[in-house]
Amino acid sequence: MSSSPPIREEFVRDRVAEQNFGVVEQPLTVWERVYGNALVRKLFILVALAAIWEAYARYLGNSLVLPTFGETMASFLERIASGELLSRAWVSIHVLLQGYVIGLALAFFFTVLAMTRQLGNDLLETLTAMFNPLPAIALLPLALIWFGLGSPSIVFVLVHAVLWPVALNTHSGFRAVSQTLRMVGRNYGLTGMNYVIRILVPAAFPSILSGLKVGWAFAWRTLIAAELVFGTTSGSGGLGWFIYENKNLLDIPAVFSGLFSVIIIGLLVESLIFRVIEQRTVRKWGMQH
Amino acid sequence: MGVAVEPLLSVNGVTLQYKTKEHLVTATYRVSFDVYSSDRFVLLGPSGCGKSTLLKAAGGYIAPVEGELRLKGQRISKPGPDRVMVFQEFDQLLPWKTVKENAMFALESSARLKGRQAEERAMSYIEKVNLARFADAYPHTLSGGMKQRVAIARGMAMEPDILLMDEPFAALDALTRRKMQDELMQLWEETRFTVLFVTHSIPEAVRIGNRILLLSPHPGQVKAELNSDGSDPEDPATGLRLSERIHNMLFSEEDLGEEPTHV
Repeated sequence: MSSSPPIREEFVRDRVAEQNFGVVEQPLTVWERVYGNALVRKLFILVALAAIWEAYARYLGNSLVLPTFGETMASFLERIASGELLSRAWVSIHVLLQGYVIGLALAFFFTVLAMTRQLGNDLLETLTAMFNPLPAIALLPLALIWFGLGSPSIVFVLVHAVLWPVALNTHSGFRAVSQTLRMVGRNYGLTGMNYVIRILVPAAFPSILSGLKVGWAFAWRTLIAAELVFGTTSGSGGLGWFIYENKNLLDIPAVFSGLFSVIIIGLLVESLIFRVIEQRTVRKWGMQH
Repeated sequence: MGVAVEPLLSVNGVTLQYKTKEHLVTATYRVSFDVYSSDRFVLLGPSGCGKSTLLKAAGGYIAPVEGELRLKGQRISKPGPDRVMVFQEFDQLLPWKTVKENAMFALESSARLKGRQAEERAMSYIEKVNLARFADAYPHTLSGGMKQRVAIARGMAMEPDILLMDEPFAALDALTRRKMQDELMQLWEETRFTVLFVTHSIPEAVRIGNRILLLSPHPGQVKAELNSDGSDPEDPATGLRLSERIHNMLFSEEDLGEEPTHV
């Protein structure tokens, strides 16, 4: 009937000495450790996917439509051994890197301009609004007319594919840098390029990194698509051309091993380059978890 | 008791305004005060009295519409390493640098010291705030109080003419805040730096400051300048403690604002 809480005894306790605690730390079981490893989990997924592929391809029994995982691997290894795939991949990557680097440099130029001048800001906003939704590959016909049949056309298209998403991400990263950090930078006398490089770039690094990843993926896609459309530059084509050629030859396992190479390169770049950069920067700094 | 020495920082009839999307807000109106060397000068007032804006003006981030601020006789026109700000926010440390690198960054960016010398200076101040064990830790691994200590060490390592502190302990829990206030006083005993300290807490102002400027809000105007010895003494004339006097002054102002008629 009364709404007041019960009256309880007061008490004061002594601390229990640490050595009397019993278990404070316990090693994990082997299974827990294996499961805790992201690489192991992902490998498991890959193995499962390969198994499903193999099973379905055997059930279908038509290697013109879907070769088995085994056939694809055999074709893949054979073409790696002969050096054909590697040289094709190199041709692609070579062009890709040219486009990627030029795209990044331009993106940096535009975003720095946008951070320092109001007009630069308006310029970047307008240009990204115009060009970001435009598929880079749509510019290929024009590029072919302007730059001719050769890698300059592809590089032009790649620059277009990389520039806008990277600029967009970097710019939004710069703008999201906290007012406090900006004031700290100015307090210690940083201005101009010093300010951009020592404050804005590291502070916006999570966004910049995701821009780099998106740019990389866009560049890859665009490159393979461009090669499929008009393939060879001065005699030696890249991976896209390799896929297209083998389709014409009805060598479907080779088509699959071409696709497989594209995937492998993507995985390698993600796990060896971007993952490492991420761990050494934004994760170590606690800016991303 | 005329003071013969020149003030370190003199604020003279400063009116500050800032623009929001819809309004032009007057933050302070003709505020004047002088800060002398080794002062622990506190700007105290309720929110809206423009104390943080004043501090930003002293930092050189905002230019006054009227009046001027002078540091050692030089007109303040832009931010500079001779006036180091310590902010309330924990994110004032650069997350991509360790504790030691943060302090060194300040020295190197402002071209005060380089390399080994910068490192030694940084470490000596990190030791002063008892964080030597965490010199190589990244800020995200530190507690709020530790982050503020790093920010203070970074600011003091610059050995600026004046340290500008914008409610540096406001985001801390009460126990940590109390401890940080004691540590700040101890640091002051050791190095006798000059600090301009903004707070909205009366007890903090009374503990930290040797001179307290009271500001009334909307827009900020000087209400009083009081002395404090940190012990919150009773005023012989009124029998009230310093903190009570301050409290009354701030609240009477609010009551006035609510009265419907003027005399």
